Amino acid sequence: MNKQITLAMGNGGEENNELISKIFYKAFKNDILQKSEDAAVIHGGALAFSTDSFTVSPLFFPGADIGKLAVCGTCNDLAMMGAKPKYLTCSVIIEEGFSTRELEKIVRSMKKELEVNDAIVVSGDTKVVPRGSVDKIFINTTGIGEIQKKGISSNNIKTDDVILVSRDIGRHGATIFVAREGIELSTTLESDCASLTHQVQALLEAGVRVTAMRDATRGGVSAVLNEWAKQSKICIEVEEESIPVSQEVYGICEMLGFEALNLANEGTFILAVKKEDEQKALDILHGFENSKNAVKIANVSEQYNQKVILLSSYGTKRFLDTPTGELLPRIC
Amino acid sequence: MSQLQLKDLYDGFRNPEVIEGFAKLINEEAKKLPKPINIMEVCGGHTHSIMKFGLPQLLPDNINFIHGPGCPVCIMPKERIDHAYILAELDDTILVTLGDMIKVPGSHGSLQDARAKGADVRFVYSPLDTLKIAKENPDKKIIFFAIGFETTTPMTTSLIDIVIKKEIKNIFFHINHVTVPEVMVELIDSRDEHVDSYNNRIDAFLGPSHVSVITGSKIYEKFPKEYNRPVVVAGFEPVDIMEAILMIVRQFNEGRCELEVEYKRLVSYDGNKKAQALIAKYFEKASLFKWRGLGNVPQSGYRLKEEFSFLDAEHIYADILPKEEIEDHKLCICGDILRGMAKPNECTIFGTACKPQTPLGSCMVSSEGACAAYYKYGNLLK
Repeated sequence: MNKQITLAMGNGGEENNELISKIFYKAFKNDILQKSEDAAVIHGGALAFSTDSFTVSPLFFPGADIGKLAVCGTCNDLAMMGAKPKYLTCSVIIEEGFSTRELEKIVRSMKKELEVNDAIVVSGDTKVVPRGSVDKIFINTTGIGEIQKKGISSNNIKTDDVILVSRDIGRHGATIFVAREGIELSTTLESDCASLTHQVQALLEAGVRVTAMRDATRGGVSAVLNEWAKQSKICIEVEEESIPVSQEVYGICEMLGFEALNLANEGTFILAVKKEDEQKALDILHGFENSKNAVKIANVSEQYNQKVILLSSYGTKRFLDTPTGELLPRIC
Repeated sequence: MSQLQLKDLYDGFRNPEVIEGFAKLINEEAKKLPKPINIMEVCGGHTHSIMKFGLPQLLPDNINFIHGPGCPVCIMPKERIDHAYILAELDDTILVTLGDMIKVPGSHGSLQDARAKGADVRFVYSPLDTLKIAKENPDKKIIFFAIGFETTTPMTTSLIDIVIKKEIKNIFFHINHVTVPEVMVELIDSRDEHVDSYNNRIDAFLGPSHVSVITGSKIYEKFPKEYNRPVVVAGFEPVDIMEAILMIVRQFNEGRCELEVEYKRLVSYDGNKKAQALIAKYFEKASLFKWRGLGNVPQSGYRLKEEFSFLDAEHIYADILPKEEIEDHKLCICGDILRGMAKPNECTIFGTACKPQTPLGSCMVSSEGACAAYYKYGNLLK
């Protein structure tokens, strides 16, 4: 591993995995942690427990802000384990000189999103550090949720599952990249940042047999599918044509040489459900504005163990890898 | 009227039926080929498309691709990355370059590593974005580490043009622009020191499209005439590449050896004369440019003309920039791979000492390199 921590090690991809396994897993090793789920399942399977820290530049971006992101991120991790978010903590590290007005604005967005999830903040912490020690504001949220359905796990996907995506992919990553790098595009593109609690509740209440769920945050859909292929020791065969990508994201990817599959999402999730429940799951998802374009994207097979393959509509295939490195525009 | 969408512009060139149609035609024509042919796609953009769309899987066994040296990031030698690294570490300096250049390791590490250690390294999408950085940081020196083939060269010269006309005092240049025809000549006409041989297995070239938009197709004329290698200039979409392959196969079957243009929608014979004039105004050819994996190639790189040396970081910082050559790894066979004489997995350090995360040779540096592609996609490749 590198002697210094590089940005690539926080990309949600291969280098990030190496950092986590060689330093954190090595030190903290235990059965719950090693399941590497979105949230830890504790208390005899009754509770889901998760934490996430948020840093984003710019703080306010089309579609959301760091406050909404901080609540959605943790609540979604809980929801992905079939849990209903209940209690959150909120810790903020603020840079000296930060605007109080902006802080209020961020906290208002958090409040609004907590209401969406029917969750409350029950503990918190604030630190203010000298100018330059953090980039404006970092937020950590930790959450506990009540598990509604036990046994949801990305380690249990089998060949009788199909894989669905809840909406078009890559919006958050593309939005932030464009905003951060000051690429002057006239675009209506917005982050997909949203809470997924209601969709998940509806799926579970209707009795859809959900094997696994994961929100495709850093590393995008590629990272999720690769993690699943490895954790469940399966091959995931993705129909490239079926992956929904908006015009805006498609354009940005073509221009900068990105793959939409590698871009982050903040309100888009991947589900593995039993084949027979595919239509039922899609019907439920289609009832929500945020997932009205949910669609099946992949089958599970045993062809190439622990690999994800992309099938083109003209009969070729290639491996889809875990993203590596920092997200950089390709020159050629 | 419905709005024209970007996807509309691409879709035709990615149409499965058209791709399958070309695949069928190529497979039929290829039956008549007197011997198997190896087509070198010179440009990294083509390699990327070929890999991304899995095109080798659609072709018969007697048509092979040799992945060329046309990725400006991959071929950047350690010496020049070390220059960038040293410049980036200077006080009150911002090193600016294009996208994925920052991930390629030199002998001290990559520019990403330099940045992790505190250097101010930034990437821009367009060289002209450097102007904004310079304006926002008037008390810092901005060094633009310019890279790329003929396609990106005019953008650098546009930036130089503005810097001179507006008398901007804090932008400097480290020029690493390289040119395509010279390295094509090198691959088919020079001695490979590793194996002491002039051999190569390149039978035809797929000419880079965007380079040709600037230079015109005329730069490839000598290949069919003097070197007996057909060239078809092709676009980057799968339909473009498939059509160009069909054109090459037909040339062999009909006993022709010509320069043809598939990418007629953008490429003319003479190219973009305004861009060419701008390049000629500020740049001259350096006698040698070293390519990672290939060594020194005569007349293959640009440098600033002497009258503009006040902008030239290589001149200004001559005292601190090392001039010694750094040998490519002794066991690296990138040169052979680029000439089509060896496959990546025949290299003794392939996948062991040389991996995508720790590349030694140019072919492993980016996803466009032949070795990196083999490493990643190995058992799905033909």
